[in-house]
Amino acid sequence: MRKFKEFIIEKLILISGIASIFFVVLIFLFLLKEGLSVFNTVSPFNFLFGKSWYPISEPPQLGILPLILGSLLVTLGAAIISIPIGVGCAVYIAEVAPGKIKETLKAGIELLAAIPSVVLGFIGMVTLVPLVKNIFHLPTGLTALSGSIMLAFMAMPTIVSIAEDALYSVPKTYKEGALALGATHWQTIWRIMLPAASSGILAAIMLGIGRVIGETMAVMMITGNAAVIPNSILAPVRTLTATIAAEMGEAVVGSEHYFALFAVGIVLFVISFIVNVTADLFLHKKQ
Amino acid sequence: MVKFEINDLNIWFDSTQALKDVSMQILPNEVLSVIGPSNSGKTTFLRMLNRMNDLNPNFRMSGNVMFEKEDIMKIDVELLRRKIGMVFALPLPLPLSIFDNVAYGVRMHGLTDKTRMAEKVREALRQGYLWDEVKDRLTESAFKLSGGQQQRLCIARTLAVEPEVILFDEPCSGLDPISTAKVEDAMVKLKEKYTIILVTNNVKQAARVGDRTAFFLNGELVELDKTDKIFTAPRDKRTDGYIRGKFG
Repeated sequence: MRKFKEFIIEKLILISGIASIFFVVLIFLFLLKEGLSVFNTVSPFNFLFGKSWYPISEPPQLGILPLILGSLLVTLGAAIISIPIGVGCAVYIAEVAPGKIKETLKAGIELLAAIPSVVLGFIGMVTLVPLVKNIFHLPTGLTALSGSIMLAFMAMPTIVSIAEDALYSVPKTYKEGALALGATHWQTIWRIMLPAASSGILAAIMLGIGRVIGETMAVMMITGNAAVIPNSILAPVRTLTATIAAEMGEAVVGSEHYFALFAVGIVLFVISFIVNVTADLFLHKKQ
Repeated sequence: MVKFEINDLNIWFDSTQALKDVSMQILPNEVLSVIGPSNSGKTTFLRMLNRMNDLNPNFRMSGNVMFEKEDIMKIDVELLRRKIGMVFALPLPLPLSIFDNVAYGVRMHGLTDKTRMAEKVREALRQGYLWDEVKDRLTESAFKLSGGQQQRLCIARTLAVEPEVILFDEPCSGLDPISTAKVEDAMVKLKEKYTIILVTNNVKQAARVGDRTAFFLNGELVELDKTDKIFTAPRDKRTDGYIRGKFG
């Protein structure tokens, strides 16, 4: 009887294990099947590097370069804002902050992670967008910059908590060793703690960026959704994710537009995959 | 001239008292062995001398410690730690090359000249009795050295900063007997230039290396005397019990 129970439990766990892989493969296959059909009407090169995205004109123009550049611009902006602040915050929490402030900050960061992205987008729309408009005297505040700032807030919790973990797991002995040689606190952080935690911090950055690339709701609400190649960070852009979310509802099933949106999904999938694998490589290097 | 003068030193961590009314003097160019069972406060005592206890937020103290007639709590802490080097129980090389491990402290204190740096590193490794073993592999990671070599590397790293005092916190607890002998040799020779305070769990090591020996028990300094005296005719019977291996 006991053996039978063991057997059942073992198999159940096995099935759960296989199920997750199975579903991922299934999703990927579906995405490929639907997405690759678009290459019957447009070549992969023209799809990736075509400069115009007019999916419902006749004939449809399906070039996603503006969308890729939109995503990259917003992501780059978010990275430039969130990496220094996020890593700085992690250093402060892990190394400098006294007990109470540390707990408060950590709770605050977790709270930030818990805000639904649509709420952040909404807040950005009514506060940040007018601000950007007024500061830069723009016709509209719905710009890549607004998106970057908002997404930086979304990447920050990931970056802070993983980077803080990485700093925390640097052996205390390194720190004591450096301090006992007469290093100041800052010298110890800069020359010992940060290099020793570097792989974990890089992984934190990659995962934060991964989150930014995949984010949809907030960017859709505040980047202006203009599918043109942006000429500055103060121009409206449209990202890969926002395109799918905005257009999937109105695309006719089986049309070229429909297939093109799936192909956009493949591009996103590949980008996220690369980012996550890179993050993973950094994490493994650490161990 | 007295190197350290310690007056009525009490130390607490939270509500636990780690040291009770310790008063003593430490003389220049002596090797002072500090022995006692675990939890006797000997490591707390050692870490007081270069203010490593400050890192613990629950640390409180009363009394004072004078280093060359100056209150250590009033000396700039980085300067103090530069003058009072420390070697830890487990060898802890930094995640750098052998050369950079030794150069680390010196570089931090502002030396940039490359030839002088190379000289300093060589000199420090010689004094740590490691030079012959590593002179051809200075760029390798310090983690590739054996445990005993790593510990001597840590000694060299401490020496490179040119301290006046070196604190050893059970420096041989993780080493085999041959490596231990080498580290002990290095310590005995170092006392010509430095004042050495050695905390050790190994009573025989204290006897071999120390000029004077202090015996701590439950946070109290029970006895401090010439090493021969402690090991042949201790005044306190608790000291006698400990060195004969009756407890601890």
